[in-house]
Amino acid sequence: MQNYIKNFMRYRFLLKELVKKDIKLKYRRSVLGLFWTLLEPLLTTCVLAFVFGTLKSKSDHAFPVYILTGRLMYTYYSNSTKSAMKSIRSNAAMIKKVYVPKYIYPLSAVISNFVTFLLSLIVLVGAMIVLRVEPTLYLFGAVAPLALLFLMAFGSGMILATIAVFFRDMEYLWGVALMLIMYCSAIFYAPETLGSNEWALHLNPLYCLIENFRAAVYGNPFNMESLGYAAAVSVVSVMAGVGLFAKQQDKFILNI
Amino acid sequence: MGKKKVALKVENVSMKFNLSAEKVNDLKDYIIKFLKRQLRYQEFWALQDISFEMEEGERLGILGFNGAGKSTLLKVIAGVLKPTKGQVVKKGTIVPLLELGAGFDSQYTGAENIYLYGAVLGYSKEFIDEKYDEIVKFSELGDFINVPIKNYSSGMKARLGFSIATVVEPDILIVDEVLSVGDAKFRKKSEKKIKSMFDKGVTVLFVSHSLEQVKRLCNKAILLEKGQIIASGTVEEVSAIYEEKLK
Repeated sequence: MQNYIKNFMRYRFLLKELVKKDIKLKYRRSVLGLFWTLLEPLLTTCVLAFVFGTLKSKSDHAFPVYILTGRLMYTYYSNSTKSAMKSIRSNAAMIKKVYVPKYIYPLSAVISNFVTFLLSLIVLVGAMIVLRVEPTLYLFGAVAPLALLFLMAFGSGMILATIAVFFRDMEYLWGVALMLIMYCSAIFYAPETLGSNEWALHLNPLYCLIENFRAAVYGNPFNMESLGYAAAVSVVSVMAGVGLFAKQQDKFILNI
Repeated sequence: MGKKKVALKVENVSMKFNLSAEKVNDLKDYIIKFLKRQLRYQEFWALQDISFEMEEGERLGILGFNGAGKSTLLKVIAGVLKPTKGQVVKKGTIVPLLELGAGFDSQYTGAENIYLYGAVLGYSKEFIDEKYDEIVKFSELGDFINVPIKNYSSGMKARLGFSIATVVEPDILIVDEVLSVGDAKFRKKSEKKIKSMFDKGVTVLFVSHSLEQVKRLCNKAILLEKGQIIASGTVEEVSAIYEEKLK
């Protein structure tokens, strides 16, 4: 264990460099730079609010905030798991030549996406101010679902990274799975519209996190049951991901 | 003669590869093959029971024909591949001079890549800060250092890679036929740099097809064939056997 920590400390600088590289390169060539992180969710939320806001009867004056909370969290989960999945293959050249602890690659992918995700929360703050969603003390609770979201993304990312080394079509399968997850996350519809099938949403741990994040934003108490379930899934996925990755990592080089 | 310390110990290292008759690398193929019971693997031992020791300051040449397991052995020693059996005990830092610049990011500038590649090699930020000027100077890139790597020629990339990798003073140096970096002028300079490392008593593992180079640079050698050591000893003895095999 001590050896692992020592090794991690030695490569801490590499982790930092990789995170920096991801963020820098993502925005280097676009004129608007980091501003895109803010503009992109804002524009898509406008579209979604327009489409789904006119479809349903407007009971929620802060419908864009509702969409934005779900969309930002889903986008983070989707982007970070996708880039973690590809991280081993896209760094194959390095992995084949020099020894580096391999988990650094998926970890840096999940972290760099988290940084841009946190930045994009500025849009949410802006929307809350414009639509007069008053912040309450409950807002501080938002840290919990966000931290769990990070853990869940890291756990799933490690599992996917391992599988994708051996099975390249995993990227397409995961794309399909993500679509299913998106529709089961109540991003742009209210869970009540599902009527008696609403319980099914709670099987989706990502929805449980979105639900509790929304509670914090709107100033309501947590749904402890679903938060507990999401926490359990997060911890289990991290343990499974790290275990699977550690067990298979020596075979990576033969398959990339 | 004073007794020297052991710098590298390779103990009973074996490396097994699974060669599937046809490459299966997606789930669809795997399931189809699994259902048709066509998942067969062929075992292939790239290295078999390799053991040797190197003392500090020794320069070992590794000889062998194509496919003898030379590169696999170097990768095992560098820590990139984990051996199926056996272990490698090393003392001090290892710097592999294998395919320089493989870890570069093409969208990054030369300056940014110095930090990135340095981090990959396990250097700290302070260390790179300190050595930055030295690296830039040795690579002779001048103003190009602030240009993205994708606009570099292959010679420029190799020069930068060489400069970053050799800025440390490693205890063990792994050289895989790289003494042909850049133009004639830089080649001379890089040979001089490697020679100066030799003089400081670095332990060297050297792989080359050129017997001439091995004789010039090494004092000991091993000869590999089909993953086994078939000869070891001083460079003269082993190269005599190797030349015998060439006939």
